[in-house]
Amino acid sequence: MDLSFSPEDLAFRDEVRAVIRDEYPTELHGKIDEGEELSKDDFLKWHKVLAAKGWIAPAWPKQYGGTGWNSVQRYIWSEETARADAIRLMPFGLSMVGPVIYTFGTEEQKARFLPGILSGDVWWCQGYSEPGAGSDLANLRTKAERFTGEDGKEYYRVNGQKTWTTMAQHADWGFFLVRTDPASKPQEGISFLLIDMNSPGVTVRPIITLGGEHEVNEVWLEDVIVPVDQRIYDENKGWTCAKFLLAHERTGIAGVAASKRGVERIRAVAKSEQDGGQPLIANPFFKRKIAELEIDLAALEFTELRTLAGEASGKGPGPESSLLKIKGTEIQQRLTELALEAAGHYGAPYFRSFGEGDNESAIGPDYSRRVAPTYFNMRKTSIYGGSNEIQRNIIAKMVLGL
Amino acid sequence: MDFNLTDEQTMLKDTVQRYLADTYSFDARMKSVHSGAGWSPSVWKAFAEELGILGAPFAEAHGGLGGGAIENMIVMEEIGRAMVLEPYLSTVVIGGGALKAVGGAIAEAVIPEIIAGNAIIAFAYAEPQGRYHLHDLTTTARADGEGWVLNGHKSVVTSAPYATHLLVTARTSGAQRDAGGISLFLIPSGLAGITRRDYMTVDGGAASEVYFENVALGADHLLGRAGEGLPIIEQVVDEATAAVCAEACGLLRVLQATTLDYAKQRKQFGKPIGDFQVIQHRIVDMFLEVEQAVSITLMATLKLDTAERATAVSMAKAKVGKAAKFVGQNAVQIHGGIGISNELAVGHYFKRATLVEGLFGSVDHHFARYETLAID
Repeated sequence: MDLSFSPEDLAFRDEVRAVIRDEYPTELHGKIDEGEELSKDDFLKWHKVLAAKGWIAPAWPKQYGGTGWNSVQRYIWSEETARADAIRLMPFGLSMVGPVIYTFGTEEQKARFLPGILSGDVWWCQGYSEPGAGSDLANLRTKAERFTGEDGKEYYRVNGQKTWTTMAQHADWGFFLVRTDPASKPQEGISFLLIDMNSPGVTVRPIITLGGEHEVNEVWLEDVIVPVDQRIYDENKGWTCAKFLLAHERTGIAGVAASKRGVERIRAVAKSEQDGGQPLIANPFFKRKIAELEIDLAALEFTELRTLAGEASGKGPGPESSLLKIKGTEIQQRLTELALEAAGHYGAPYFRSFGEGDNESAIGPDYSRRVAPTYFNMRKTSIYGGSNEIQRNIIAKMVLGL
Repeated sequence: MDFNLTDEQTMLKDTVQRYLADTYSFDARMKSVHSGAGWSPSVWKAFAEELGILGAPFAEAHGGLGGGAIENMIVMEEIGRAMVLEPYLSTVVIGGGALKAVGGAIAEAVIPEIIAGNAIIAFAYAEPQGRYHLHDLTTTARADGEGWVLNGHKSVVTSAPYATHLLVTARTSGAQRDAGGISLFLIPSGLAGITRRDYMTVDGGAASEVYFENVALGADHLLGRAGEGLPIIEQVVDEATAAVCAEACGLLRVLQATTLDYAKQRKQFGKPIGDFQVIQHRIVDMFLEVEQAVSITLMATLKLDTAERATAVSMAKAKVGKAAKFVGQNAVQIHGGIGISNELAVGHYFKRATLVEGLFGSVDHHFARYETLAID
């Protein structure tokens, strides 16, 4: 056991730092630090830079376009990008459907879909939740009926409603869980379909969340025709893909490196904010909360490192990743609580960006502008990806055998 | 960066775990407790001769296994798992750690005796007024010719009733709370002028109040330089604190696993209580605390030889202390009535975990120390 970086690791870290310094788009500087809402274009600018370098998918196997980095190098990558306040790329293609396709897809499907994910030319969204299927995801009702078309080929006709679909308004394609066998047990009649969001019958309607953002949507599917070759893995075996994807999603969800950067930011704010003639950070109650957060974050970081070491020795992400999801999201939420608390009065003004060229001067300090919306928005983290209560059910059943 | 144990370390872990599982049953432990001795000399001898673990963190030149902090972590986690009474912590980790830190003739002489199981060291550092502050000392060692004269009172010196040596912190100059002027002595426990009031501790161990009255010490009892002992004491206590965190990990793993087994067997309302979600989630939360305690203990252990030592150790002890309380209390709660009886092992694990929570500093103490080191 050893915590130190090898000379090769240090050289790699220097290389990563140089790439971020020289190639991170200048127009994106400051956007994360100030908590600005990000546009699709913002994400794409950084995505394209990394895609051109071949650095877009560090977690993928090299044969499918991964970087071939080892787990230490991937750790360095996430640390350094977080430290530099670089945008975190959208997970739907790179972290979610991509691994499902290269793990369960046919050679033809891999050739068809993976390049667009890597290049950023195709944006994905996730069609899982439904109005009646949230935590009880296997209760989903969206149905896909199989038929033979006039051209003699096989198709599904898809009808139903999905909800909480993040970024569906920008997505070119979506991956959907649909019911292909209504007669079998809930988890056994589900299939994993890739659907072109421009297909006739797909309607996307915005849902505005507590911070005023348009991130999530309702997606209506009305007689949407989907060729059978857009189904990943076997018919009625979609739950296998769904579980695999959720376990993958949960490890990334811990967000350790970003939270470490978030703590630094709050410390800086608490040094400048005044409280009774002293910096806020000297307030023993606030200081204790920062200390607790930092200590919990260190415990989470080393839990993640232990998990990564386990994965490196051949264990894939398993139900233990639920632990990372629970603790990671709790910490992310506590960070936003502290940021709002630190802002004091200036958590209250409702700030709206009027876009480029907005000359109106800001109210309060820059860092306070989005602390309340961010706090409101981040309540989502303990709900999405399987709520933290569902994660506890998973650990109870899969790890503890209850 | 590497998180895997070496083959030798894996073997050490397996060997200790198997040996304790075979020989150190709960009943055998309770015999030592009920004897009033609070330990078993024959077990200690077996640790030295059959198991050979007393040399785990010492150089091969001294007859040790050539290990260090990680080996101590491995052994201490197993000691926690089996709730071992015998003084590996005070003798090997603390006494041995101090000797390794100062080196010289006394280290050459005593380390082989530790490995052989002949030297048993108790750490006399706490004082009634000092709480967890290592430098708050009223015990004095006054220079007298070549040697020293020791006077004072040390509190709750674990293993003192049967120790061959006492590792004593004392002020050789300066005021009660000065950082300078503190010295460390390793002395035979039977010197004239040493008196003890022996008692059992609530977890079944043995300890003493130790009184020094004009105890004459030779120059060779001083470890390191006179008046410059505090950095060594802090280092040794940080190493001991990390080791105690590892012991806690072993205790908590057992508390969590025992509670899980019980919840699967105990029936109420016609089904195992583990079928109830309210119990399931409580046990999951115990599991989460244990895993994080293990993680942060690993962090602290791996940082013992770095500039971040003190910060990392306080982070770990604060986190592990909280986990010890949460897991211990919930283990008793989920066991229900039987959890508060003295019959089951679970209650004894809870008692030991409770003492570990306060050992070398409470949660509050380590939060405050972390804040001073890392935030102020």
